[in-house]
Amino acid sequence: MSELTRLDAADLAARIQAREVSAVEVTQAHLDRIAAVDATVHAFLHVDTERALDAAKAVDDDVAAGRPAVSPLAGVPLALKDVLAMQGAPTTCGSKVLEHWQPPYDATVTRRLREAGVVILGKTNMDEFAMGSSTENSAFGVTRNPWDLDRIPGGSGGGSAAALAAFEAPLAIGTDTGGSIRQPGAVTGTVGVKPTYGTVSRFGLVAFSSSLDQAGPCARTVLDAALLHEVIAGHDPLDSTSIDAPVPPVVAAAREGATGDLTGVRVGVVTEFAGDGYQPGVSAAFEAAVAQLRELGAEIVEVSCPSFDLALPAYYLIAPSEASSNLARFDAMRYGLRVGDDGERSAEEVMSLTRAAGFGAEVKRRIMLGTYALSAGYYDAYYGSAQKVRTLIMRDFEAAFGRVDVLVSPTTPTTAFRIGERVDDPMAMYRADLCTIPSNLAGNAALSVPCGLSGDDGLPVGLQIMSPALQDHRGYRVAAAYEVARDAAQGGSLITRVPELEVV
Amino acid sequence: MTTTVALMDYADVIARFDPVLGLEVHVELSTNTKMFCGCPTVFGGEPNTQVCPTCLGLPGSLPVVNEIAVESAIRIGLALNCEIAEWCRFARKNYFYPDMPKNFQTSQYDEPIAFDGWLDVTLDDGEVVRVQVERAHMEEDTGKSLHVGGATGRIHGADYSLLDYNRAGVPLIEIVTKPITGTGERAPEVARAYVATLRDLLKALDVSDVRMDQGSLRCDANVSLMEKDAPEFGTRTETKNVNSLRSVERAVRYEMTRQAALLADGGSILQETRHFEEASGTTRGGRRKETSEDYRYFPEPDLVPIAPSRDWVERLRTTLPEMPAARRKRIQEEWSLTDLELRDLVNAGAVDLVAATVDAGASAAEARSWWVSYLSQQANNRSVELGELPITAGQVARVIALVADGSLTNKLAREVVDGVLAGEGEPDEVVDRRGLKVVSDDSALYAAVDEALAAQPDVAEKIRDGKVAAAGAIVGAVMKATKGQADAKRVRELILERCGG
Amino acid sequence: MPSISRGEVEHLARLARLAVTEDEVDRFAAQLDQIVQAVAQVGQVADQDIPPTSHAVPLTNVFRRDDVRPGLSQQQAVAAAPAAEDGRFRVPRILGEEA
Ligand SMILES: [Mg+2]
Ligand SMILES: [Zn+2]
Repeated sequence: MSELTRLDAADLAARIQAREVSAVEVTQAHLDRIAAVDATVHAFLHVDTERALDAAKAVDDDVAAGRPAVSPLAGVPLALKDVLAMQGAPTTCGSKVLEHWQPPYDATVTRRLREAGVVILGKTNMDEFAMGSSTENSAFGVTRNPWDLDRIPGGSGGGSAAALAAFEAPLAIGTDTGGSIRQPGAVTGTVGVKPTYGTVSRFGLVAFSSSLDQAGPCARTVLDAALLHEVIAGHDPLDSTSIDAPVPPVVAAAREGATGDLTGVRVGVVTEFAGDGYQPGVSAAFEAAVAQLRELGAEIVEVSCPSFDLALPAYYLIAPSEASSNLARFDAMRYGLRVGDDGERSAEEVMSLTRAAGFGAEVKRRIMLGTYALSAGYYDAYYGSAQKVRTLIMRDFEAAFGRVDVLVSPTTPTTAFRIGERVDDPMAMYRADLCTIPSNLAGNAALSVPCGLSGDDGLPVGLQIMSPALQDHRGYRVAAAYEVARDAAQGGSLITRVPELEVV
Repeated sequence: MTTTVALMDYADVIARFDPVLGLEVHVELSTNTKMFCGCPTVFGGEPNTQVCPTCLGLPGSLPVVNEIAVESAIRIGLALNCEIAEWCRFARKNYFYPDMPKNFQTSQYDEPIAFDGWLDVTLDDGEVVRVQVERAHMEEDTGKSLHVGGATGRIHGADYSLLDYNRAGVPLIEIVTKPITGTGERAPEVARAYVATLRDLLKALDVSDVRMDQGSLRCDANVSLMEKDAPEFGTRTETKNVNSLRSVERAVRYEMTRQAALLADGGSILQETRHFEEASGTTRGGRRKETSEDYRYFPEPDLVPIAPSRDWVERLRTTLPEMPAARRKRIQEEWSLTDLELRDLVNAGAVDLVAATVDAGASAAEARSWWVSYLSQQANNRSVELGELPITAGQVARVIALVADGSLTNKLAREVVDGVLAGEGEPDEVVDRRGLKVVSDDSALYAAVDEALAAQPDVAEKIRDGKVAAAGAIVGAVMKATKGQADAKRVRELILERCGG
Repeated sequence: MPSISRGEVEHLARLARLAVTEDEVDRFAAQLDQIVQAVAQVGQVADQDIPPTSHAVPLTNVFRRDDVRPGLSQQQAVAAAPAAEDGRFRVPRILGEEA
């Protein structure tokens, strides 16, 4: 493995600017790594080799000409979740319905990445339309967790997280509707951030649940995530839910946190997210992390957020409801798959046959559930009540953030489970997002930072840090401080302990 | 169709039933761009050339609300005497149809931007009916399908369809009345007058082209019958594809006679959407689609609520033009019109045109006379609306001015108007090109008079002898020589002068 | 909570335009039943006077100026169509009336 693929993004960008290495060499090293290990990991659905090298070359030309870097990440390779539109490349959302579809436009996130000189290596695997917690729901095969190839890399953004852990890319983009950035981050030992809803444009993000979806950065270090965060965030007039406010100073916060002092920071431990259903190794790693925060000077208090118990059920009404409507457009008329058009069948029949053939089981299940929850007669009991729960959860957060600066919990109740283990048990699968969902419902910021390996199975555990809306920088500061202390305590970066993959 | 539909005689319908109407009017706004994206709304473009990811419903695309569309909605609401919501949202109306790119329509559901208004409608005989308006809400139009194969492009029996999404996403305002009761035999007339009044109002607001023939104003007519003194409304049908004012009246009347025959026969009315057939003046049942309970409305998560400040609303109120009814009243006074004259003016659709002609400097009487008689005739001959004649109020005013200053006779003026209608340019250009100016230059006339006197020395002699009546023959000769462009009165004066007067 | 009937599943599948086999109807009925039972506890707040939240971020009045923006060419528009003819999307025959 080329040493270049082991470096973090900040380091790579600095070396490219210092002309110690060219962006093309960096990109080629990652393309080589993908060629070597992706047959095993299957993080990528599409590798955009030529355009990646072109983008890298453009950065090298800038450097050669003495032009200032267009961003602090110019020339750094990135893996883009296949749910974001990228002109000239397939955007499938892990679905047969969109196999080979090429959008005629770029998502705002994609455009910002390009403008920042970030080199997009390709599109990563995901649960179909981001519905899942294991990436087993992709129509194009499972992605494997580099820590243990028999285990899931989390989901829905398992491809992006696995690409980081497999050193196929130093940066990735995920999207988080119920935990799809943070949970894969936790189970792959990487950093995943869900920014405040409305701070990263959703334009070009293929919608799963519009009121919850938010794209965010994935990286191997907190600082890299912050650097990427500042590239992709910002007001976008093409997204009506985009907040017209300055991007929270996350890079500065990450640097401040790295000094290792959390004196005066009040950290709340969510009491609801512990106990039954939490793997002992996960609980132990989490408690150790909390102890570490205390050592860094943070004041630790227990905080109860009673409505969080209703978050999971509320989510499994709101998200499928919105999804049932968002996914209606996949109807075989204008783009995507069409089956059964024999010249005799009506448009309605062709739509039904295409959707039956093009959507996987989980997507169909959620469409059915959402159609049910929105039905007349059930709306008030289900969708309407779920929106009231949302209010209660926001009130819990508000009360909590009146007492503490950030809230912490395990990111997910267990470590990576085995591929196939939960496919036939939707409710067991859904519980993977138990701790991450409240921040989606309330729209506030939350991230997952690796907090060691579980004592029972040696697999990574994630520490979730939640911050108030638009206070994303608080989480970065705490995460960066913790990261430094963790590495010091454990004698090096956690990610370096991922087993060496067999190179084909 | 081979089945014959039983219809009840209209007088019998009225003797036995009370009709209840509900009118839903969809008006396409004449904004530059669509409701939720920056695509142009121009009518008649090449297929799928006015589309973008948003109005094509491409994955990942998002809507952003057109501010002018919201302003238009508020102005329409104010003009209809509605309350304007302090806070309202868009909702998704979910149902699958190939002309709808997202398979949901972004519309408003239980939170319309305007509600609880009314519109006074004046019938032909001057009776005023107040129609209560339930709501006016914002939504988006669908694309258009072209049905290929089968019978003449009809949806039934077509082999396949071709879709053009240029119209998809064009802003619509849907205006819904409360049930209109108590109109009895005049129900069809009330329906027509309501739509006509609404059309004039929307035109005055300058928010839409209001072209029923192009679909920028569309009416769905809900009709039900109740037995006299029945405690509740009967089952209604909703008739779509009603594309002219005349059709509104016919469709309502037809439904009344159809439903009455069914009910009288002990049958029941199926709550359904029906389709108006222009050619036969009948309605036809459609396939039953999702019922309204199946639309699964929920607040549109891609858009944020609209909370029009009272300041904004009041500012928009100041932009409202004089309402057509008030204007008619004022005009009647200013122009001293009888009720009958006003009605003729209104029925000819000439109020605006006359007013504009008056604004351009013409007298009200002249302007009215031109539009109501000669130009109405021309419009009739061409089978177009008065307003569609290729002549402007300014041009008519100019012709009237030329008559007033003696440059044109009334006969010549009609020729000038014909020239303008034929596309020969402005009135003055037509006068020049056709050589129509009244000859009032005395020197030219003297020559013509002298010539005529010389040609008829015997007549000239009689005049010199004091037989003034004989001058008529010379006047006639001069007029003939000048092809009628001379002012006959002046010619006569000159003849008498030449003959020693 | 009442369990979800086969008829209800069939109706939902039609509304959602999902062709379902007999087996799938049974499977969906069982799974939806299980999920609905599990999420029905949100109903405990149904009668409480709590304002619903549809947007986590309380924005209002986000508008766009009425200015034309460039869109797609006809060729781009129909490029991904399963079938197209004369710049239009070609679709199977449509039953029923226009909405
Ligand atoms: Mg409507
Ligand atoms: Zn558009």
